[in-house]
Amino acid sequence: MLAKYFPNAVTMKGDFIQATWETLYMTFFTAVVAGIIGMAIGIGLIVTQPGGILENRVVYNILDKLVNLCRSIPFVILLAVIAPLTRLIVGTAIGTTAAIVPLVIGSAPFYARQIQNALAEVDRGVIEAAESVGSGPIAIIFRVYLREGLPDIIRSSVLTLISLIDLTAMAGAIGGGGLGNLAINVGYSRFESDVTVGAMLIILVIVFAIQLIGDFWARKVDHA
Amino acid sequence: MTNEAIIQLKDIDVTFHNKGQTVTAVKNVSLTVNRGDIYGVVGYSGAGKSTLVRVINRLQRPTAGTVEVSGQNILDLSSKELRTARTKIGMIFQHFNLMTSRTIADNVDYPLKGSKLSRAERKQKVAHLLDLVGLSEKAEDYPAQLSGGQKQRVAIARALANDPEILISDEATSALDPKTTSSILELLKRLNKELGLTVVLITHEMEAVKEICNKVAVMDAGEIIERGDLVTIFSKPDKPLTQDFINTATQINQAMEKIYKQAGTLGLDDHHILVQLQYVGATADAPLITELYKRYSVVSNILYGNVEILQDTPLGNLIVVMAGEPDQLNEAWTYCEDAGINVTQLDPNSEVA
Repeated sequence: MLAKYFPNAVTMKGDFIQATWETLYMTFFTAVVAGIIGMAIGIGLIVTQPGGILENRVVYNILDKLVNLCRSIPFVILLAVIAPLTRLIVGTAIGTTAAIVPLVIGSAPFYARQIQNALAEVDRGVIEAAESVGSGPIAIIFRVYLREGLPDIIRSSVLTLISLIDLTAMAGAIGGGGLGNLAINVGYSRFESDVTVGAMLIILVIVFAIQLIGDFWARKVDHA
Repeated sequence: MTNEAIIQLKDIDVTFHNKGQTVTAVKNVSLTVNRGDIYGVVGYSGAGKSTLVRVINRLQRPTAGTVEVSGQNILDLSSKELRTARTKIGMIFQHFNLMTSRTIADNVDYPLKGSKLSRAERKQKVAHLLDLVGLSEKAEDYPAQLSGGQKQRVAIARALANDPEILISDEATSALDPKTTSSILELLKRLNKELGLTVVLITHEMEAVKEICNKVAVMDAGEIIERGDLVTIFSKPDKPLTQDFINTATQINQAMEKIYKQAGTLGLDDHHILVQLQYVGATADAPLITELYKRYSVVSNILYGNVEILQDTPLGNLIVVMAGEPDQLNEAWTYCEDAGINVTQLDPNSEVA
């Protein structure tokens, strides 16, 4: 049955496992690093914006422009442009680990914007109430913004994670491997469409799983 | 009530700069609130009330002036000192501002996390506070499950968590229905009596002030235009805006409007005059209408009557048509004034304030 519809793919079990592993590897490590950087920048934007709890025009403008700049560069070009920096950090500009650097730079600004939007939904009045009982900026960030904004933070994290998987499919361009690479360089180039479809199905399963878990979690913490 | 000042605002100015425009929200306001006062600040929206009270805990830094709370100069405090000072100034808001992600108990516990209390002590304190506002059984619920009045009670419990000496109420009853409003005002009054809490109550409803305040200031366009103790302001309002607020609260405005509409049927002439009689305190008890008839054969037809009890002092308002001979009417008028009653002749052709 499987052999009938996926004649080439069944013979490439090892390649599929390898590619899935590479995709998950790139996604996981990028998510951790970009998550921390994006979260920090997103929080930075929300607290320094006009009317924020640590209003600072200069810092806000720098962060805002930086995010816009990074988001303007098409990812395929970023992969190439960033190569010297990648070599500096990882030691090489090609391979799965090397792909994590451009992936971080490609997804962190996106995540920062998502976090900014999520935190902007936190009621200004609640922030004021926290200030009125004597909370300082650190307490307000961790005990009000991140807590009250959690359902939206989870939803934007899911969105970012899915778009990150989208980006990892391009990592093949610099030898990063992964399912996207398998689909294009093997499936598409050799006219083995079943390999392309197989890679796509695995990606779909990963995406749906993330979406499902994320939605469930967000609903669980949302008491509004 | 002592005469010890707990809040002293002096010459406060607050100006905002927005896109090249300068807006003065508060103009040269001085205000002293004594320990144990329930001080009402009344004004229409945009009058600068909320901005003014935010100066008390420095949520709003004034452009000019000095702020002294419990003997501390609030404007000179460092951020850390300010945060400590703020724990002693509770605040409640029109839209409650509870955290939706936390349970009721957790909301009340929020301000306690910075305190020196142990976990067990905090739990006990939260239970005590919820009991104080009558919401013990809702401890594990989330704010979304509560009614507006209950949410405001939670907000009050939260504001009281660190045993403040002052509670600022920023339009706290404006989003509530009249019955719930009364119950929240009663709670504030009880806290004032039982805990000696000083309350600053901002509102656009004179009814709220009438129910619990002992002092009142009226704000218009960033300035305090009139202030004093409640009974004085209600019995002898000086400014038209104050009169307007009071007439709305005592519903005398609606009564006048109705009477004026039917002015034709009253048959007003030299022998019939339409007057408003206003009296404070003991004079309210004298059988005035009977006396007027016995002494001057003046017949009074009561069109509207209302008695308010303010701070245990009765304050009465009557609108009557007095009928009699012109000189008798004059004498009756003088008699009323001698009895300490404020008499105003009403002209149905004029506009109701």
